[in-house]
Amino acid sequence: MIRNKVYPFYFVGGALLLYVLFFVLPSVMGLYYAFTDWNSYSPEVNFIGLDNFALIFSSSQGYLRYISNTILFTFATIVTKTVIALGLAVLLTRGVRRLAHVHRMLIYLPAVLPMLAVSLIFKSILNPATGLLNESLRNVGLGFMAQKWLVDINWAMPSVIGVDTWKGIGYIMVILIAGIEAIPREYYEAAEIDGASGWQAFWRITIPLLMPVLAVVTVLNLLYGLKVFDVVFVLTKGGPGHATDTVYTIIFDEFSKGRYGVATALSSLLFVAMIGLGYFVIRFMHRDTEA
Amino acid sequence: MAMETLDSHVTTQEQANRTGAFGARLMRTVRGLFNNTLAVIASLIMVIPVYLVFVNALKTRIEASSMGVEFPTELQWQNFYTVIEKGKLLSAFGNSVLYAVTATLIGVTLSAMAAYVLARNRTRFNRAMYLLLIMGIAVPTNFVTLTKVMQLTQLINTQFGMIVLYSASVIPLNVFLFYAFIQTIPRELDEAAILDGCSPLRLFFSVIYPLLTPVLVTASVLNLLGIWNEFLLPLYYLNKTAHWPMTLAIYNFFGQFQSDWSLVSADIVLTILPVIVVYLLAQRFILSGLTTGAVKG
Repeated sequence: MIRNKVYPFYFVGGALLLYVLFFVLPSVMGLYYAFTDWNSYSPEVNFIGLDNFALIFSSSQGYLRYISNTILFTFATIVTKTVIALGLAVLLTRGVRRLAHVHRMLIYLPAVLPMLAVSLIFKSILNPATGLLNESLRNVGLGFMAQKWLVDINWAMPSVIGVDTWKGIGYIMVILIAGIEAIPREYYEAAEIDGASGWQAFWRITIPLLMPVLAVVTVLNLLYGLKVFDVVFVLTKGGPGHATDTVYTIIFDEFSKGRYGVATALSSLLFVAMIGLGYFVIRFMHRDTEA
Repeated sequence: MAMETLDSHVTTQEQANRTGAFGARLMRTVRGLFNNTLAVIASLIMVIPVYLVFVNALKTRIEASSMGVEFPTELQWQNFYTVIEKGKLLSAFGNSVLYAVTATLIGVTLSAMAAYVLARNRTRFNRAMYLLLIMGIAVPTNFVTLTKVMQLTQLINTQFGMIVLYSASVIPLNVFLFYAFIQTIPRELDEAAILDGCSPLRLFFSVIYPLLTPVLVTASVLNLLGIWNEFLLPLYYLNKTAHWPMTLAIYNFFGQFQSDWSLVSADIVLTILPVIVVYLLAQRFILSGLTTGAVKG
């Protein structure tokens, strides 16, 4: 009784109102509009049942490809970011003493920059004729490795994944470093006394004790990957062909063409998929506030 | 048992001393050198692209056409002047500051108040509200139907609408950060203040709010950077050039001037310079915010 007076609910009201109005309500509305022919050409909105979903899941349209592109991007970036960031985290906590914090600061730097700016910079670096990457490869005699990165249909997706990895590693590395630093030093000292090599210590101590943090990092990368937009939009606009189009870029595309029904159906699919994932995220991230 | 391990430890140590002291030291030096080189290479890979825009922003158009690493022969400071004028960057900069600062203030204050009540008064209902709010960290936005909401509330294509949207967008993460932190503040403080006759608002703003400072700073810095860097919301909801933030302005500038990398670089520099300054000043807070929840569970 008293509690409701000391902690009145109107404190929650402002945040709840904004959040529900601009994020929950559109998602719920989306579940209805996904079954309509809502578009920019006519003011009428008709219920058309599962037509939008039939379109999305028909193999003659490109949508399945955009969905698989998104999954491929997500899976690839989870692997590349986690593996490289883990390597750097171990290097900067156990391999390098001198200037470790400077390295940490520099490697994290790209993570705070706007993705838009990063993508523009890499548009230049990956330019096939004049870009720094191909130039450097040619200068060190590795000209045969030069590619038409963003233009070649086979290289476009790996290039986008590469740029996204470059920007994302720092963030993951910082979290992993915090995780490694939380492992008691005595474990490593004991292992050393018992004659374990650094490699053994890594597999037997670091990896098992880091599992919860690795799980969190994977979930963060997963949530990011499924919603990827900026890097694709700026680097390739989904091209060449539709080689790099993802769910979010295609939603924007459909939206620009005024095909709101299809765009909403796609959005709702992602929504339902991620509600499930969101449940796990909350369970992970929420552990420490439970006690 | 204990003696045995101790003994074997001593013998291995002695053997190492006798047979391979020099070898071991050499090995350690080589490994240290290798590790340090690796770290330097990693840092360079992360910094060179950023360095690239800074040098090329000061070159002539011809010099910058290949976006090379060389220094400019003559510093072209007027590039900045040109982009500010041609790219209408003054208004874009002003808009970005307006959006980031006001939305952060609103987002942080509303989230702190909400998290405080939800963390203190743990009814079933409040717990459900908390979960609903932090669900927003994971769940994607439906931009298409959000357009409809923006139209109905007459907020589309307005600066006020942008501020409201941004404020709403930072709420889930903020509530999550505050909720965890508020649990570390003793409840006795609330009781003492209430006994002294404080109203709930006064209790929150004069007793609790100051104690939240570390997490307030962390959330504010993360919000400021997040909103400054955001691209998708203005892309969907702003069509008037005069309302564009930096990200949208530079994207359109690139569309017009993509053959002139010196100007594009100057434009990028103006966008990322404030971010880098904030990063260098507030590193500690950014990192602590990122690792909350991810580690220690």
